[in-house]
Amino acid sequence: MSVLKPLNGNQTIAEAVRQIDPDVMAAYPITPSTAIVETIAQFKADGLIKGEFVCPESEHSAMSVCIGAASAGGRVMTATASQGLALMWEMLYIASGLRLPIVAAIANRSLSAPINIHGDHSDTMGARDSGWIQIYSENCQEAYDNFIQAFRIAEHLDVRTPVLVGLDGFIISHSVEVIQVEDDDEVKHFVGEYKPVFPLLDTSRKITVGPIDFTDYYFEHKRGQIEGIENSPRVIEEVGKEFGKKFGRSYGFFEEYRMEDAELCIVVMSSAAGTGKDAVDELREEGIKIGLLKPRVFRPFPYEKIAEALRKAKAVAVLDRSSSPGAFGAPLFTEIRSALYDSSLHPKVVNYVYGLGGRDIKVEHFKEVGAKLKKIAETGKIEEMCGYLNLRE
Amino acid sequence: MAKLKDLAKMEDRLVAGHGMCLGCGIPIIFKIVLRATEDPLIVANATGCLEVCTTIFPRTAWNVTWVHSAFENAAATIAGVEAMFKALKKKGKIPQDKKIKFLGVGGDGGTYDIGLQALSGAVERGHDIVYVCYDNNAYANTGGQRSSATPMGASATTSPAGEKSPGKIQPRKDLTRVLVAHKIPYVAQASPARWQDLYNKAKKAFEIEGPAFLNVLCPCPTEWKYEESKGIKMTQMATDTCFWPLYEVENGKYKINYKPKEKKPVLEWLKPQGRFRHLFKEENAWMLEAIQKDVDRDWEELNKFAAL
Repeated sequence: MSVLKPLNGNQTIAEAVRQIDPDVMAAYPITPSTAIVETIAQFKADGLIKGEFVCPESEHSAMSVCIGAASAGGRVMTATASQGLALMWEMLYIASGLRLPIVAAIANRSLSAPINIHGDHSDTMGARDSGWIQIYSENCQEAYDNFIQAFRIAEHLDVRTPVLVGLDGFIISHSVEVIQVEDDDEVKHFVGEYKPVFPLLDTSRKITVGPIDFTDYYFEHKRGQIEGIENSPRVIEEVGKEFGKKFGRSYGFFEEYRMEDAELCIVVMSSAAGTGKDAVDELREEGIKIGLLKPRVFRPFPYEKIAEALRKAKAVAVLDRSSSPGAFGAPLFTEIRSALYDSSLHPKVVNYVYGLGGRDIKVEHFKEVGAKLKKIAETGKIEEMCGYLNLRE
Repeated sequence: MAKLKDLAKMEDRLVAGHGMCLGCGIPIIFKIVLRATEDPLIVANATGCLEVCTTIFPRTAWNVTWVHSAFENAAATIAGVEAMFKALKKKGKIPQDKKIKFLGVGGDGGTYDIGLQALSGAVERGHDIVYVCYDNNAYANTGGQRSSATPMGASATTSPAGEKSPGKIQPRKDLTRVLVAHKIPYVAQASPARWQDLYNKAKKAFEIEGPAFLNVLCPCPTEWKYEESKGIKMTQMATDTCFWPLYEVENGKYKINYKPKEKKPVLEWLKPQGRFRHLFKEENAWMLEAIQKDVDRDWEELNKFAAL
């Protein structure tokens, strides 16, 4: 039965894991995703899940266990954050290169140094070229819904690409919300049976997985891998719609908030989008035509659709919760600006890095951005292309 | 007791066509190890000579199911495969009577050094796996750099002998006993020179429930620098000098499987190998003494453990 439950982000992921009961779960505890691992361990101890729970000695081994298990031929998940994801980095490329549909929950957290346990997107942005599909969540409900959909997307035979679902560390992972937990059987049914492709455990076929590829094959195999993620938009869309039909909450590539007639637009992902929406409401009351666009899927990046959605804006501010030192702006900004390059109307696009190391972002900061956008739209001039929000300089 | 002629009749699980060096000990070791079980096998291979030389796409020399993911994680990878096997059995997706053996393999680079953490973790967690290390005393795949298994006094490309250096200064890591300290059911040290012993140990390792570890000395003509046809002789000398004793530790109980009638001076093992050539200069005589002392102390200690 579908019920309302007060759960924090980590608990919503664990709840989805209990319902899906993946065959192998391998994860190493790290703040702020530790509770996901602990809760799964408790589910296993209480006999609520049948899958194997493996607690390796590091995140590198956790992802290696996932890779071994997924190659063996079954459904696999993990959870981590920050340094843990960084330690997995080598294996992330191998998971996607071997086309293994592993699903990972990432409680987004900043990277050292300096060491900090709070939320930003440095960890997953560091993995943006690893070949994983990346989906970000605004709140606990989205984290739960995205995590369930991730299995369908990853395992689709035209995709066969690992998926990570981001939920902001502490802000989502540790905040309790009342969420709609769907019926166990309905969730199981939605996710469906796992279909293994060339499983190692079918020993009637003595296959060789992961051989060495030299100059005459590597490129073609990499191209084949890219095909998987290129096939995923159709699947992400279908799964998002089907989820909506079944559970009443539909998902696409991004959410548009009060964008119909917006001349100004703020682009922001994850939990900050909620605050941003409040700011948009206040600015609208002041008569400013502003809207918000919240990307949900960062890889594959829906560049055509986003360009279409932003085309008519006069000024756009892209807010990034990570930095890319030395680059022309932070990761989300470079994608958006590049997506708009061919647009005939050429909206002005600026970048603000915010919230590193969990620094709070409030309505007033969004309103500050709104005021700057208004000025850019009026004067047609950009004074600062890439700046920071709520930072002492 | 297995007979060589019966083993020869078994289907090869690592077949011809691989690209390993002339005189390499790796295929000799694995042709024996892979025959020690008749059950279906899944092998997870660490990056290294064995992996690179046997699976250049689109060819494979493996006549069993095989997987490679990275250098430092063969133990974690095979642990994942084994965990999935257990899970699917529990969920009734694999028949209860289905048997598969899980084997992790790596060289001393992938086992003693970069892969030690993953190996330690996997055996501590009690996965039902066998791990075989082919220890050729160097990072042979990348051209002979030192590893923690490189013997004291050996010249390697990152611990070269020179005017001011007698080669590697430090004694080798005793990985076999590191594994013993994990209190796993079975740990053994073997050599291709005594194939029957190697076969018996591999068989036992496969049969025992829980993690088992086999450390096998692997002759490497390229990095040890001896005549290619003399590899087996080299490993025989290593055991006759007690540089590489053959022993096993079953549930904590030590047993020495081969005691040379006459323990030969370690010089006899060192002399034919080019990597030790510089030790025979006058100024390095102290190093030869130090090596002999090290071997004597280890052998004495091992005998004490076996007497317990």
